[in-house]
Amino acid sequence: MGAGAADPDLGWQPPSRLGWVAPHVAAEFPGLGISWVEVDGRAGRSPDPVRRRLRDLSDRFYGAHAIHMRERPIPWAYRVFFRQIGLDPDHTRTPVEQLALDRLHDGGFKARGMPADALTIATVETGIALRAFDADRLQGALCIRDTAPGESLPGRPAELARGTLVIADERTPIGLLFGATAEGRGVEKGTRRIAIAAVQVDGVPQIAVEEALWMVAAALETA
Amino acid sequence: MPDLLDRDTHAAIGVGGDERLARAELRRQIGRLELQLSELVAEAFPRVRIDASVPAVSRRPRALGLGELEAVRDSLATRIGDARRQLDERSELETRNRELLERMLDAPADYKWLQISRDDIGAPGCGHWHSRPRYGVLGMLMGWWRVRISSGCPLPGRLAAVEREKSEEARPARRAATGPVGFVSAC
Repeated sequence: MGAGAADPDLGWQPPSRLGWVAPHVAAEFPGLGISWVEVDGRAGRSPDPVRRRLRDLSDRFYGAHAIHMRERPIPWAYRVFFRQIGLDPDHTRTPVEQLALDRLHDGGFKARGMPADALTIATVETGIALRAFDADRLQGALCIRDTAPGESLPGRPAELARGTLVIADERTPIGLLFGATAEGRGVEKGTRRIAIAAVQVDGVPQIAVEEALWMVAAALETA
Repeated sequence: MPDLLDRDTHAAIGVGGDERLARAELRRQIGRLELQLSELVAEAFPRVRIDASVPAVSRRPRALGLGELEAVRDSLATRIGDARRQLDERSELETRNRELLERMLDAPADYKWLQISRDDIGAPGCGHWHSRPRYGVLGMLMGWWRVRISSGCPLPGRLAAVEREKSEEARPARRAATGPVGFVSAC
């Protein structure tokens, strides 16, 4: 429940922190979790090593990969979770499948700047669903919970239906789980410190989450 | 925030708490069915396009109730049934095409101008078998028929030529009968 270092023995820097999941949500979805790391970084053009890595990734990713991806344990776990929360993964794509689709559509993983490119690399390599937030605008630990009546995403006037699953800090929801990010909470021009969050679902090993977070952090540090 | 932590009733997320085991079982079934459907989609690719889409029961992520989970499970089961039927039909067609190909190879003159592609028999890659007369018109008159095997997929360097062929195909011209068996026609 409490936020803290996930597993300092791995020795990866910076160490990730475990967020919490509301108990009644955790009871419904065992295995659901959120971990995050905070790194210094800002939005901007990706450095050459990152752009090169995107190109390499594009060269070894084909249509057959996209089709067979859904049979692999981690992408499959996210598909199943999408079904379980009422979404159709063939319509609202899981993060890794959306990237695969974009790759096929665009003919390559297009460079979109940091931190998007770092997230793309880590998501395609590991299959983990990742989000980026402005760390300086977060308050306390991240969590996954359902919304209470009358809650909405900051900057979006529409009230969220009660029971909507969201990523939140200790004050407000900062984004839908696998959906839109609240206004001003994403990485923008003025961002100086970035929080990378990984949403873990049942069937996704913690080591894969750690690897994904480490990959993004390493890429951001090269920028 | 404390009130969010303290909410321990399942009514808070709109699902009945006493049905938790049933919902867990349904989620397990959904996971298993999703895997089966994924395997069928992968198995069918690229021969058959399987529609794996199951209508979303919600526009926002949330915990589903028993009835909604049952609806998702039932939709997945229906999709799997449809996918299996599509695959079986395709496999039967490919088997018939393979048998037709064997007969054509044994007696090309009995299947004049018939063309069977690798796709028609469920084989990967490009290429086709085509029953054609040897030496053109002379072969037609003499009944010298043979099966020609195409050289496979075009190389990347020949794509420009393919484009030219396509534009030429757009013009009205006399063409040999082609097409998948099952829909195969011989002239």
